[in-house]
Order: sequence, then C-alpha cells, then structure tokens
Amino acid sequence: MTGLYIHIPFCARKCPYCDFYSVGYSKGLAQSYVDAVLRNLRRFEGKGIDIDTVYFGGGTPSLLYARQVRQILDVVNECFNVHSPEVTMEANPCTVDLYKLCQMREAGVNRLSFGVQSANDGELERLGRLHDFARAKRAVYDARTAEFENISCDIMLGTPSQTVESLKRSVDTLTSLPITHISAYMLKIEQGTRFDCEQVRKEMADDDTMSDMYLQTVEQLEKAGFAQYEISNFAKRGFESRHNLKYWTGESYIGIGASAHSFFGGKRYYCPRDVDAFVQGDVQAEIVDEENPDGLEEYIMLGLRLSRGIETDSLVRLGADCGKILQKAQMLEKGGLCEVGGGRIRLTPRGFLLSNSIIAEFISVI
Amino acid sequence: MDQNKIRNFCIIAHIDHGKSTLADRILELTDSVELREMEDQLLDNMDIERERGITIKARAVRMKYRADDGEEYIFNLIDTPGHVDFNYEVSRSLAACEGAILIVDASQGIEAQTLANTYLAIEHDLEVVPVINKIDLPSADPERACNEVENIIGIPAMDAPRISAKMGTNIKEVLERIVTDIPAPKGDDDAPLKALIFDSYYDQYKGVIIYCRVKDGHIKVGDTIKLMATGAQFQTVEIGYMGAKDLVPVGELHAGDVGYIAASIKDIGDTRVGDTVTNAADPCKEALPGYKKVNPMVYCGIYPADGAKYGDLRDALEKLLLNDASLSFEPETSVALGFGFRCGFLGLLHMEIIQERLEREYNLDLITTAPSVTYKVTLTNGETEMIYNPTNYPEPALIASAAEPVVNAHIYSPSEFVGNIMELCQDRRGSFKDMKYIDTNRVDLHYILPLNEIVYDFFDALKSKTKGYASFDYEMKGYEPSKLVKLDVLLNGEVVDALSFIVHEEKAYARGRRLTEKLKENIPRQLFEVPVQAAIGGKIIARETIKALRKDVLAKCYGGDITRKKKLLEKQKEGKKRMRQLGSVSVPQEAFMSVLKLDD
Repeated sequence: MTGLYIHIPFCARKCPYCDFYSVGYSKGLAQSYVDAVLRNLRRFEGKGIDIDTVYFGGGTPSLLYARQVRQILDVVNECFNVHSPEVTMEANPCTVDLYKLCQMREAGVNRLSFGVQSANDGELERLGRLHDFARAKRAVYDARTAEFENISCDIMLGTPSQTVESLKRSVDTLTSLPITHISAYMLKIEQGTRFDCEQVRKEMADDDTMSDMYLQTVEQLEKAGFAQYEISNFAKRGFESRHNLKYWTGESYIGIGASAHSFFGGKRYYCPRDVDAFVQGDVQAEIVDEENPDGLEEYIMLGLRLSRGIETDSLVRLGADCGKILQKAQMLEKGGLCEVGGGRIRLTPRGFLLSNSIIAEFISVI
Repeated sequence: MDQNKIRNFCIIAHIDHGKSTLADRILELTDSVELREMEDQLLDNMDIERERGITIKARAVRMKYRADDGEEYIFNLIDTPGHVDFNYEVSRSLAACEGAILIVDASQGIEAQTLANTYLAIEHDLEVVPVINKIDLPSADPERACNEVENIIGIPAMDAPRISAKMGTNIKEVLERIVTDIPAPKGDDDAPLKALIFDSYYDQYKGVIIYCRVKDGHIKVGDTIKLMATGAQFQTVEIGYMGAKDLVPVGELHAGDVGYIAASIKDIGDTRVGDTVTNAADPCKEALPGYKKVNPMVYCGIYPADGAKYGDLRDALEKLLLNDASLSFEPETSVALGFGFRCGFLGLLHMEIIQERLEREYNLDLITTAPSVTYKVTLTNGETEMIYNPTNYPEPALIASAAEPVVNAHIYSPSEFVGNIMELCQDRRGSFKDMKYIDTNRVDLHYILPLNEIVYDFFDALKSKTKGYASFDYEMKGYEPSKLVKLDVLLNGEVVDALSFIVHEEKAYARGRRLTEKLKENIPRQLFEVPVQAAIGGKIIARETIKALRKDVLAKCYGGDITRKKKLLEKQKEGKKRMRQLGSVSVPQEAFMSVLKLDD
C-alpha cells in the first residue's frame, strides 16, 4: 500500500543543524500553502489509490491550525482509499498545548513525533531549540491525555557539549516517559547550515566518541524495551513507524509539498524546494530523479538499514550473485559487523556504523 | 649543395646554462623563423621540456647563414639533452656532427655534466668550440670561466666568444666560429648510401619518420632503402630537411646532409636509432659503427591503474621506445598489481620523464613500483643470477654472495659545502676517493657510491645540502660485494610483492620502519584492523597498525530522499575503483607512490 507524505515547510525558528526545507511562518502563506496541498491532493481523486499512512513532516507541521490539518485529512479521505491509517505529525514541543493536541487527535492524527533532542537543557540551548526539557516532557504527557497512544521522540547523539554520560542520562530520562518509539540520530553537519563551522566541529563528538555513544544508546534502548528496527529507529513491539518503513522496504509513497520526494509509478521524483512556486502552481512540479531505479541496488542499500536485513531469496530473485555476497557477508561476520543466518543477512549495530562502506562492498560484487 | 658549405654541430651545456636560449638566438639570426613565430625554447617542443626547462630529446634543425666571407652556409644544429641520464641521447647526436659548441656559464664555470658530455664529444672526434655565456650577469667572471676550460678540459679558450644569449650579445661571433672552426663533412657522394639514424618518431599519417645524417652517398624519393640491423626494406615516399617549425620536403639528400626520411614504415620495431640506412639496390658493405649503447641502470615496474589499459600501456611504451632507444621493457606480472612491465631506465630523471610522458601524451593512469637496480647474486650451487626485480630475489639460504652496482661519482661544488656533501655521501654508504681543487674555491669530490643509494633522491638531497650549487655526475664502475637483504611488506599478514625491495642490511631497519609508517599514513582505515609489517626472510622488523574504521553511516535517511544516499554510494563506488584490492585490503594508488618518497 502507498504512503502519503505531506511536507509543511514552516518553522518558527530554523534549527542551526537542520537542512530540511523550511521558511518563516506567516498565517497567510500557511493558508495558501494548505490550499495548494489540497489542490494537489485532488489530482489523485478517483484513481483508487490505496493508502495506509499519512505523514506530516517538516518544517514544523504542528504550526498548522488543527482545522487546517482536518481540512487536509478530509480531502485525503475523499481522494484515496484509506485503510486504518497511521497518521503521524512531527511536532515541536513549544507549538502544542493540551487543547491543540486534543483537536489534532480529533482531526485524525494518531501518532506524534516530538523533536525532543535531549533531556539536558544546556545541550538544548546549544542546539538552538526553543524548548527546555520540562516543556518537552509536558508535551508528551499532554499528548497522552489527548489520547495519543503512539508517541515518538527524537534524540540527538554527539551534539556540542554532550558527553557520553549526559547522553546516557538523556536516554534514561526519555525511556521513562510514556512513549512507544525513539529515533536516535547521530549529529551530522550538513553543508550550508549554521552548524557548518569549525567551532561546532571541534565541540561535537569525534567519530570514535560518536561510535561509542551510538553503541551505548542501542544497548540502553534495547534494555528499556525499545528494539532497534533501523539504523536510527527503535520501538516498543508493534510500534515501528509504518510510514518510514515504506522508505526502506521499497514501497511506494506520494510526497506533496515543496521539497517533498515521491516514489510512485516506478519512478523517483521530487518537487523543488520553492514554497512560492508550489503555492502559485496549479499542480506541483515534478523533477524526476530516476525513471527506473535499480531494484537490486536499492534493495541492498535500503534493506541493510533495517535490523531484519536482506533476504538471500530476494537477492536471487533480483538477479544478484548471491554466492559472492554471502562470501563478503561471512568475512564481515568474522569481524562482528553482520550476521548471516535464516536466509538473511543483517548488520549488527557495529555494522550499522559502517553501513555505507559495507553496502559499497556488497554492491561491488553483485 | 657543396659539402664544404655545410656545418653540422651540436651544443653542449649544463642545465640552465642557456643552451636552448642560444639555439633560439641562432635561429633568429639566420632568419630561420619569423620573429612573430618565435617562442622561447623553440627546439624544446615537448611540454615537459618547456616546463622543466630541460631538453630530453635530441632535435635537429637546418638553417642558412651568410657569413662574413660572403658565402652562404647551411647549418644543421642538433640539440642535445644536458642531463647525465641522457648521455645516450647525447652520444647519438654527437655521432651526427663534426663539431660542438660548449657553453660555459660565466658565473658558474664548468659543471660535472658539461664535462662528461664534452669528453664524449672529444671521444667522437668533434671539434669543440667554447663559448662563455651570461656575461650580462653581475656575477659573471668570463676570465675565470676561460681559465677553467683550459685547465680542466685542456682546449684553448682565451679567445672564446663572450656572449649573452639572453640579451643577444655577440651571437654573430658564434656563427662565424661555426664557419671557421668546425670542419665541413667529408663524405663521398658517389659511394653507396650510408646514413646514420639518430632519432625517429611516429607520425600518425606518414608512419615512422627517420632523422638521419647522410655520411656517404645520396638518396632520393622513390629509392628503396634497407635498414641494416633489421634487414627491413621500404620505398621512400618523402625526403627532406628539418625546418625550425616544420619538415620541408626536398626530394633528395646528399653526403654531409642532415634530414629526414619517411617510407610508410608502420612497424616501429623496424627502425632502430643507431642503425644504418643504405640503398637496397646498391648497399654499402658494412654498417656505420653503432652508437655507444648504454645499458639501463634503474628498473621499476609500471602498471596501468586500470588493468584493462594493459594493451594501451604496451602500445605507448612501444611508441616511446621508437624515439628513446635507451628505454627497455618486458612484461611482468605482480600478484598485487596484475599485468604490467618491468622497465629499464638510464637514471631517475629518465624514469620520471617516461612516466610523465606516458601519463600526459598517452593519457594513462599508472602505478609504479620503487626503483631498483640490478643485483648480481651468486647462489650456493655456484650459479650467478642477475636480479632485475626484487620479487625474484632468491631465498637467503640459497645465496652464497651478493653484489651491487657501484658508481664513480664526481661532485663539483663550492668548497664551503664539502662538509655537508661528505656527510651525505657517508650516509649513502659512499667511500671517499679523493678531493681536488678546481680553483681556489671549487672542489671536485670523488666518491664510490652504491647505485641503489643514488637512484632514489640523491640529487635532490645534494641540491638541498649545497643550496643548489653542487653538480653531480657518475659512471658505472662495476659490482662490489655487499650485504643485501630483501625487505618484504605484509598487509594483513600477506606479502605484497609490488612493495618488496632490496636494501643494505644496515639500512633495513630504518627503511622498514619508515615504510610501514608511510603506508599507515596512506592507506585509509578499513572495515577491519590491518597490520602493516616489514619483514626480512620471515622475520618481522617493523609493524604499524591501521585501526579499523568505526563510522561511515548516513544516520538519517527518510522523508523519502533516497537519491542523496545513492549519490553517496556512487561516490563510494568511484573511490573503490581507484583502489587496488589486495586480499581484503583496499590500497589506493597513492600508497604505492608514497613508498617512492621515503625521505620526505
């Protein structure tokens, strides 16, 4: 089944490490933007497309009014065949209160993803976040009160001034909240962001420390009942993000909004990072990345992001020289970077840390 | 043209003493090139030659000159390389001339290489005409330079023209000397054709172009020529002389002439520099004495970075061989590097130039192994083997004795640097022979040095220890017994044959340590820890460890932007292509190169 991604490119303040597309928020622009989203959704009316996930990403989708979210979801319901959907909204703890959360829940949102990032206020400030941890904690409890049962929190690893110990405390604090899902990202300096400077590079964790932090966090989360299912994603049983899984399992998704990516009808395409063009256009522009992506390469590249890994049967079906891949895998297994068995090849957490190199190794022999 | 009006000559000079500049001035004065066509160093038409300011290949050019006696003369200038590595080229050029202009720098005096080439010219019975250049420099001391020429070479020089090639001062005087001092050729135009090939190159349209000096007889278009060494015969299609910019067809060449022959020769193996061209219908009885053939002194393996380019590399080497007879090569195989060639060179500069020409002119990406010399090994069963490739060095248990080539080296330098030079030579296992004062503040230091100590970077080290003032020349002396060991490099426990080299016992430890350090620097971290070891006959003498890579991951891959990850993967694939896979270790080309420069 197809997933639906809706990009809401507005932020109250741009975080210095973020390179996702966003612009400053204004009421008028936001409404024009929502109208454009609606226009683009209506293009799919009557096509009989089955969907089971909707994901509001950003930017800061929680800046929208609940009625705007309802408007969008109503149109989604009109235009697609919607099957007991997972409806996620990314939320900044500062932009929500109990009342708004209740309205969002009522509009149809049933999963929240909070950008908590850390349980340490000093670190949050250094990250340029608007909230302190108390605010984030209250947002989570409010969400529970508003009857959200599926709540995810983001945490960042290796940020400036973070230590192995402070990270450990943050993870402990986070896992004690009533949440079902955690995304733990190692900070990566993106080109052109405010963090793209010498000072931050010096202050953030080096590769060795980052690796230690990552392995420690994986272990800590497992112990707390959050099983790893992807390089940076952990969930209580049954609470894996259905939408995000589509990206890694080769399922189709339709992206609506400036900078949104799609994999639909066999091709990968995206809409330019340009709010004005999106708002003014009748129909969003489509720039095709790939007409006919290589199934095998994508399967290996994306499949190895998942804890369940890749299946040898599928490799064979996609035309790979499975013998050579297994040979590589067994070599990596000796070094503790992957596990081979049960018709699967999967990376260990140490393997995940090296996944780019490992994927390149596999692809070099297919 | 009357032979009496022909002058065939070359120019001998030390690097930077102004040979190419003088050649340019002579070309100008004889109106051989339009002024607007003049560009500096007209004869050095290889890019590398102009960039490095040196002459690598012999070139020839014909000019007309109306002398003070009212007669018109034909000048054939054959340009020669100045560097010691290219002695062979020099001797080929010399054999085509009757005279040589010796340029001496008025401020620096005679240098070692000039001396070697001058002796070579005297050996070839050439008339040597000294010229003192750079008199425009404030530090010029023409008197002293003339004295040096008389004292060291032993030819009269007090009335030598004092010129500035750069400023164009007194060039006319040089031209007059060419007319009066250099003898005219004395060939027999009616005798059977006898012409010396002194250079050749491959032209895409005309086939092989032979540069030759006609000693006896004559040749015209349509004649069938025979190349005496190979016996191959060809019908000539174009004959002419070398203009300053282009070849000029004239239809025939006579005794005393210098010119070119094109005969649709497709197989570059047929023409050998040093061979004699004769007329197939009326051949001469015996070939001209061959040139002084020089044997390669330095060997190294050359491999295409991309194994699929092996055929291209072979073609390129064959084409280079055509106009660089001093190059030698034969196929070899390396476990680490695949198929390639073991190439022999006259020296390190020669090696560098060939590599550069292969890369530039033939657009090849190369991996070269460390240069090595030829060792003589006597086995316990009494047999003697010459070892060109360190990989073939026998097991220590099988070796009764080993010998390495040594050279007689002369270093000319201002006396203030003697201490530094001695230190350097001592460090390079040199044995001191004697020291002579050339004049009050310049010395000639004579050392016996093992060749393998100078093939790396001796010249660079010498320059840096003498502020660039010392010059250096050497000749093979023969073999001397030596305590040699083969040093192997192990990556992840496996010997990498392409990195093995032979070294003197005393130096093995230091070299092994430096080498492992260098490799550690140049091999990127891998998925596993990789030990880098240096070993002599199974005994590890140095070890470094390349730590395992810990982190190479794109943590965030969502929002559906898969292409970004793909691009990263493409980059990674490209990077992997540039690596050599040695067992489970990926080794970049730079790592192979880095071992060539251990002393950095």
